[in-house]
Formats: sequence, C-alpha cells, structure tokens
Amino acid sequence: MKGFTKASAAVAVGIAAAISLAACGTTADAPGDGGSTGGSTETYKIAYQGPLTGSNAAYGTYSRAGIEVALADYAAKYPDGPKVEVDYADTQGDPALAPAVATDLINDPSVLGIVGPSFSGETNATGPAYAEAGLVTVSQSATSPALSTNHWATFHRVVAPDSAQGPAAAKLLTDIKGFKKVFVVDDSSDYGVGLGGEVRDTLGDALVGSDSVQVKDTDFSATVAKVKSSGADAIYYAGYAPEAALLLRQLRDGGYQGTFASGDGTVDAAFLTAGDFTDGTLLTFPGVLDAGDEFTKKYDALTVSDKGTIGAYTLESYDAAWVLLSGIGEGKTTRADLLDWVNNYDADGLTKHIKFSSTGEIEGASGVYYYTVDGGKTVSGGPIE
Amino acid sequence: MDFSFLFSNFFELSITGLVLGSVYALVALGYTLVYGVLQLINFAHADVFMWGTFVVAWVFILTGASGSTTLLGAAPYLLIALVAAASASGGLAMLVERIAYRRLVRKRALSYIILISAIGASFVLSETMGIRDKVVALIDGIINAVVGLFGGHIDIVGWLSDYTSRARGVTTLPLTIKPQVVFSAGNFSVRDTDLTIILAALIMMIGLDQFIRRTRLGREIRAVAQDPEAAALMGSNSTSVVSKTFLIGGIMAGVAAVLYQIKVGATTFDLGVVLGIKAFTAAVLGGIGNLRGALLGGLLLGVVENYGSALFGTQWKDVVAFLLLVLILLVRPTGLLGQTLGRARA
Amino acid sequence: MNHFARTAGDWISDRWATVGDRVSDVVGKRPVKIPLIIVGVALVYLLPILNLPIIATPESDFPTVLFTVTVYAIVAVGLNIVTGYAGLLDLGYVGFYATGAYVIGLLTAYHFAWPFLLVLPIAMLITLVTGVLLGAPTLRVRGDYLAIVTMGFGELIRITIRNTAWLGGTSGIKSIPAPQGIGDKSTGVFQIPHLDWSTGTPLVDLNRQTKFLVFGVLDATPYFWLALTALIVIIVIERLVKRGRVGRMWEATREDEDAAEIMGVPTFKFKLLAFASGAFIGGLAGALFASKAGYINPISFPANLSMLFVAAVVIGGSGNRWGAIIGAIIVAYLPERFRQLEDWRLLFFGIALVAIVSFRPQGLFPPGNRARAQRAARRAARDAQREVPVV
Repeated sequence: MKGFTKASAAVAVGIAAAISLAACGTTADAPGDGGSTGGSTETYKIAYQGPLTGSNAAYGTYSRAGIEVALADYAAKYPDGPKVEVDYADTQGDPALAPAVATDLINDPSVLGIVGPSFSGETNATGPAYAEAGLVTVSQSATSPALSTNHWATFHRVVAPDSAQGPAAAKLLTDIKGFKKVFVVDDSSDYGVGLGGEVRDTLGDALVGSDSVQVKDTDFSATVAKVKSSGADAIYYAGYAPEAALLLRQLRDGGYQGTFASGDGTVDAAFLTAGDFTDGTLLTFPGVLDAGDEFTKKYDALTVSDKGTIGAYTLESYDAAWVLLSGIGEGKTTRADLLDWVNNYDADGLTKHIKFSSTGEIEGASGVYYYTVDGGKTVSGGPIE
Repeated sequence: MDFSFLFSNFFELSITGLVLGSVYALVALGYTLVYGVLQLINFAHADVFMWGTFVVAWVFILTGASGSTTLLGAAPYLLIALVAAASASGGLAMLVERIAYRRLVRKRALSYIILISAIGASFVLSETMGIRDKVVALIDGIINAVVGLFGGHIDIVGWLSDYTSRARGVTTLPLTIKPQVVFSAGNFSVRDTDLTIILAALIMMIGLDQFIRRTRLGREIRAVAQDPEAAALMGSNSTSVVSKTFLIGGIMAGVAAVLYQIKVGATTFDLGVVLGIKAFTAAVLGGIGNLRGALLGGLLLGVVENYGSALFGTQWKDVVAFLLLVLILLVRPTGLLGQTLGRARA
Repeated sequence: MNHFARTAGDWISDRWATVGDRVSDVVGKRPVKIPLIIVGVALVYLLPILNLPIIATPESDFPTVLFTVTVYAIVAVGLNIVTGYAGLLDLGYVGFYATGAYVIGLLTAYHFAWPFLLVLPIAMLITLVTGVLLGAPTLRVRGDYLAIVTMGFGELIRITIRNTAWLGGTSGIKSIPAPQGIGDKSTGVFQIPHLDWSTGTPLVDLNRQTKFLVFGVLDATPYFWLALTALIVIIVIERLVKRGRVGRMWEATREDEDAAEIMGVPTFKFKLLAFASGAFIGGLAGALFASKAGYINPISFPANLSMLFVAAVVIGGSGNRWGAIIGAIIVAYLPERFRQLEDWRLLFFGIALVAIVSFRPQGLFPPGNRARAQRAARRAARDAQREVPVV
C-alpha cells in the first residue's frame, strides 16, 4: 500500500506538470509572431534540399556555388529588399532520409521556397509533402521524366528531363556523328536505367546490344567482352562518373577502339581528369557547362566561408535560386505569392529562357548540348537539334 | 541466356575472371588467417586493403609520377608502392587487432560481439579516409593553435592538399599504366598486366603456404589455431602469434592493393564494402581458415562472376555469386576444401 | 595505457552495475511498477507533442525521427529473437524489412489498391513465408557461415527487386497511400496542439496541431502512434513466448546446440521458428516504413542497414528486448540529433561501437537471466561485506 501512495504521487505530479504547461500561453500571444507586419526587417529563407554529406556530397558543393553567387546577386540587385538566408538541408540524396528534412523545412514558416530536391528519388519521397504544404520547389538536377506527371502543383525544374536527353543522345550518335552500331550500358540506378532506356528506344536499328552494370562495380571485363563482340562503333554509358572512368579505361585496355559517349551523370572531375584515355569522349548534357567569365568572376569575389565548387548543375542551381530570390526581392514574401511568382516567371536565365509549363517543366527548346572531352576539359559542340 | 556469347568468349572471360579472382584471393587470405587462429570474422580487413590502395596512390603522387607508361616503366614506382602499401596495411591490421580485438578475445566475448567491434573498426577506417580533408584540417587547427603561441604557422592543409582532395570521391592514380599485348588468341589479347597479377598472386600464395608449413612462426600459428591452450603450454605466446597473424594478413592485403591498382587505377574510401563482401565470400567458398581454400575460392568466384555476367547480364552477377556460395555450403557445409588452418597437413 | 584502459573499463562496468541494482531495487517492487509503466508509456506517446527542447531534433522533423526510431525498435525486437534468443547471427535482416515494405507497395499502390490494414497482415505473412523459405535450407549451416549466407540473401532480395520491373525495378514504387484514418480528413476527430519552446518557455503552438487520427504527409505524429502501438503489441506477445517453453528451447539451443539436441530439443525446428518470427516482425517494420515514406526504392535497403540493425541489438544487450530497443534508439536517434556533426557522424559511430563493445561486451543492458545471476552474486558479496563489522 505504501508503494501505491508513492506511485499515485508520481502520477499526480505528472498531471500537475501537464496542466501547468497547458496554462502557459500560446504562440498567438507571443511577441514577434510571424503574422505581424514586420516589413523588410523580417528574415526569410530559401532552402537547398540535397546531399551535403555521403557519397554524393560533391553535387552539394556544386549547387552551393550557384546558390551563393545568386545570393550575392540578390544583395546587389535588391539592396533594400528583405533579408534572405539559405538553409542548406542535407539528405545525403537518400529518399529514406529526405522526408524528415523536408517536413522540418515545411514547419519553418520563414522558408519560402526550395532549391531542389536534387535527386529524382528524394523528389519522389518529398514531392507530396511540398505539394500539400504549398511550398514551391525548383529543382536544378532531378531529371527523371515521370516527376512532372504527378500533378504536384509546387514542382518545377530548370533542367531538361531524361526524356529530352535520351533521344538527343541517340540523335547525336546516329544522325550527327553517323555511327551505325551503338552499344548501350546503364548502371542499374534509377537515373541510369531511365536515361539508358530512352537512348535504347530512340536508337532503333542502330542498337546492337546492351548491358547493365552496377554502381560501385570496379571490374567490367564481361561488359568489355560483350561490347567488343558486338562490333559496336560507339558505346553510350548511362550512369555516373566513377564507373564511367573505370569502364572506359578497361575498354581501352581490352583493345576496344570505338567512340565512348555518356550523359550528364559523367560530367564530373572523377571522369574528366581520370587520365588521357578520356580524350575524345562525347558528353550530352541538358544544360550549359561553361560557367563563363562573368560568373567565374562573381564566384571568385565571394567572401563567404564555404562557397562550394563550380561543377555540374552549378548554373542550373543559380537559375533555380534566382527564380526564387527575385520573387522575394519583388515582395512575394508568402509561400502562396512566391508559388504564384514562379508559375508566372518568364525571363532569361543563365542556361536558358525560363518559363514553366503547367506541369513544372521548362517550356520550349529541349536545351540538350553536347561536349567533347579534350585534355580534361569539356569543349562545347553546341546544341543538339 | 546467351550461351553462344559465353562459349565464343570463354577464353577471355576466364582470363579476366582469374585476374579479378587473384585480387579476391589475396584479400580472402586475411579473412582466412584470422579465422584460422581466432575463429572470428575480421570485418575490418577489407578497409585495411582499402588503405593499401590509397597508400599506392599517395606514393605515386609523392614521387611525382604522371602521364601514361607501360607496366615496365611504372615498375620503380610500383616497387616503392609495394613496400609502402604492405607496411601500411600490415601495421594497420596489427592496430585493428590491438584496439578492436585483443581486449575482447581475452575476455572470451561471444563471436558476434567481436564482430560488432570489427564492424566499428571498419567504420572508423573507411570514414577516416572519407573525411581525411576534415581530419587534416582539424589537426592543422590544433597544431597551429600551439604553434601560433610562438608566432609561427604551419600550413599542413596546404602541404597535404594533393592527398586529401576529393575525399569522398574517386582518387585516380596520376600515372596511367597501359597494358601491352603479350600474345593474342582469337579476338582476345592476353596482356602483361593480367599475367603479372595472376603470377604475383600465385607466388604470394605459394610463398605464404610454404611459410606457414615450414617456418617457426608458421608452426606457431598452426599450433595456436589448433589448440591455443596447448600452444601456450608449449611455450608460444598466443597474443604475439595472433598479432603477427594480423600482420601477415595485412601484408597480403597491401600486395593485393598494388595489384588492384595495376588493374583498376582508382580507389574510393568505401571500396572495402563491396570488395570485402566478395573476398569474404571467396574465403567461405573455399573453406574459411584454409589457405589453399582462399586461393581456390577467390579464383572460382572471379571466373563465375564473369560467366554469370555473360549469361544473365552483369546486373545479376552478385546473385550468381551468392547462389553458388549457398549451393556449395549446402553440399559441403564447411566450404570446398573445408579444413581449418590448424588441421592443415604439415 | 593498457592497464589503465582495462581498469577504467572495469570501474565503469562496476559502477554502472551498482547503480542499476539500486534502481531495480526501488522500481522492481510490483505496486510501484504498474502506475510507473502507465505514466512512462503515456509520456512516450506524448513525446512529439511535448517537443522537449534537448531531446527534440533541431534540424529534422521530430515526429518523423520518433517514427523512424520506433520502426528501428521493432526491427531490434525482431532481430533480438533471432540473434539474442536463438543465437543466430543474421546479417541480412534488411531483406525482411524490404520484403514487408515491398508487399505494402505492390498491393496498395503498384498492382492493386487494397487498404493498408488488409495488406499489413498479408505483408507480415509473406515475410514470414520468405523467412521460412530462406531459413529451411540455410539454418543447417552453422555459426559464422550462417552470417555470410544471410548477408547474401539480404543482397539477393535487393538485387532481385532492382532488376525486376514487376517489383518496381530501379525506380521503385511511389504514391503508396497512407493508412485509413479516423475522422474528417481536414480536422480529424479532435486536434492536439504541439508545444513550442523557441522562446525558452513552453507555448502552445496553435499553428501546429496534430489531427487525431489523420495520416497525412505533413505530420508524422499519427504514424508514430501507430508504430508505437505496434511495438507495444509485439513486445507483449514476444514476452509471453519468451517466458514459455519456446523461450527455454531457444535458450538451450543458443547455449549448446549439441547438448540441446541430445536432450531431445528439436533444435532445427526452434531455430527456424526464431528465424521466421524475426522475419515476421521485420516485415511489420518494413510495412510501417513503406506506408509512412509513400515512396520506396531498392537503394533504401542497402547491406549496411543490416549491420546497423545487428549493431543496435548487440550494443543494447543481445538477448534483452529492452537493451535491443535502447540500442535501436542509439543508432537511429543519435545521428539525427547530432546532424550538426555532419560528416563526422559515422566516424563517431564507429568509435562508439568499438568503445561500447570493448568496455561492455555483454551490451549496455545484458539480458535478465545473465544480469540477474551477476546481480545476485554482487548482492551476496555486498551483504557479506556489510556483515563483517557486525561479527
């Protein structure tokens, strides 16, 4: 019985604590609430959603470079505009980790727009939440074609989907470069299978064979044998840079002389500077790679402690961030206003003219370019038309 | 299933499979040696190998090797790298034993408890490599905080920037080794690098086999493997024997790292995950704890992966490898050669 | 150094054990126990609402993190049956987690549109069958061989899903519907405001209210309650099984398989039962994960996740369900709580694994029967010491 008294005391204390908490006021009567008309003293945020750590962290540093330059441009163009900060939210590019991050951003009322999500997988995992919250997203690099068929009102991207890049790559290899036999290899990733499938479907009779390797594979001898015995005069690799470099090297070591071509996933130092064997590689890219002198100058002038690195999708990240920032600069400081601003955006960006269709895709030209690798650098071959 | 492709390229697929299998076999040795003496899976071994591949790359950067050359032209660099990688991996393996194993083995902890300790050590090894830029920056900060008191500054981050750049990406050998054709058969040319890798692996395996059979340390290792208590009674210090066993496994991993770099020429901090599973599979396939089993298992796994890729497509090769393992374990529950190190004939 | 490390470790273990004894002396008394459990469980249910400052995760959504932690706890309880009770080292547990998740994905979204509550038991049953199918041929393999075979099966399941279009292939399954809720979609039966601590004192956050019981994409709290309820049900059932004959058979099999076999324990049958029960619970965890995530693809089920699961069970205390649950909290919660450590998280995790296992090889909370024996021994020693001056 004695024990029971102790326990009831504990319960009583618990209930008392709960009541005292309930009595201590609400956010509605707190000072400095978000609902007040603070004007330009208010600080707003745009957020980056994508990898900052983990094996895909490099994409995060490339995006950071674009976003930081855009932020500097914002300060220059709208000196009297509201103060804007960037919230870099790390998902490691993993769809399983992304929802907690996205929900946290949604619950922060000062976040008005998202640059990202960076990858297609995490976009699938977080798209419904952003749509329900009415928080606008502008992705710089999520290229899976199906993303724009989900009817998420908040989804936008400034990059051409793989359904534009795949056919363009096939066209480049057959029509422009005149190859008759093309072998297609993908890396069994969501991105690789999607892009590789588009290329295969468009190649038609020119497709002489295909194989699927795996991300993190380091030995491709069976694939090399398949490519050689197919008699292909060109091979298209749909996948990422590390495997592309190893595959190409092992193809050359195995005596294969044909042309190697690949897509946007390969545009990375891990491939470009892997060795002289990468010279002559054709790369398709749904955007502009050459940052240009003006952008580089602005990047060099940045004084922030971490300004990232210029790389793949840096310019697209700039464009995505600028679409959002210019809206805030024009006084669109609620989520609904900013979403409306993005939907009606119609101006030139760094990479292309930006105007979104009702599904969130860029309207107009496909915007796929091709490049040739020469001495570790990409040399533009112009748009694929 | 594409049988005609498999048969028309059988020779090429076999040779390239053997090359890959040689690397598996040398790494598998580390698992087998440790399992032989302790009956424990050394999960951190693949990361010891991964460190070896980085030491090779660093030696190339340090000696200023660049451009592209033949295997013979790269030989001087490779020899230095061999010594460096073997010492580094050997030392690291001993360190793993000291920190993650010794205390637990002495306490007679359950085997899967020690496995967790090894998994922890594996995380530490791979992540230290994966954030080496940040680790170096941290050390730089600490040292300069001290040096700064005396008004000096040491730019450690700057000195090491060549070695720490792209910590989470790919580190490529600055020198590309171009294989030379030794002879051709049909549409396949056998290359000097392939032959070197297979030969080097065979020589190392035979050497180790003889070492374990004939030397005093080899006898001691076998004695500890067979009966640690009896071995202790006979005057061998089992702690030191275990430590030396890790050392030998580490040295083998260092050699494997050099061969791997000849073949692949690039490495990443998370290389150990994939290669570790494969090498461990190879060790179990041949009969874990059995040196010759590791060789057989490694080579078999290498060629079977290639045949599987040829027949079903490369995306299925791991499935083929694991199904082979399960089938063999069902027929022979202790692997193909199934003896332990202790019971190996002397 | 060597000596120091050893003594320090022993000292920590001893202190820890003594504190544990004192706590259990007080709490262990039955009349106190029941109300305390009720208050404790209620507090856990209220965690996402209370949003306590130090516990809440600063950079990711707290209810979502709590949900993930609970799912990991379910996994740990299941794996604890396999590894802790039956002594089978399963390095491919993620395979069952994936199976449960994919059955939900396939039946509620990809091929059919069946309701969640109907598919949930189907998912668990299919995972159970998978466990039996994988276990039957492989459980004859002993000890460490089993580890590699199970690891192989975990990879096999992932690769097969990835390469098979009928299972969603590489692009995975999206638009998995949320479970059916109770009450009106926009308001729920009633609404519970969360607390907001940003000003230092707790305020009732009227902008953030949990609708009871509506499963939406923006608020993970109802999912957390669902998972927590599932966890409690699993624990109650598992406790009954463990205390009965089956539990003793598992223990006998784990301690000495040959001796158990000689004494007439059909060890294979009981190993298979443990493996299948573990699979069943793993399937439940996977199913909950899929219904909350709404999107699953093969890269969410890597081999590393199996290691993390085993690590949870072992550092918590293999063989003790509460230890396993605490282990799950450690591996799932701490990385989210300390997001600001960024890249250093995994390194610290590795160091922590080595350190915890090295100083407490039996885990932080070893199982009762082992701990009870040790405690009894220590208590006897303590009593003996006390008695000395009297004599």
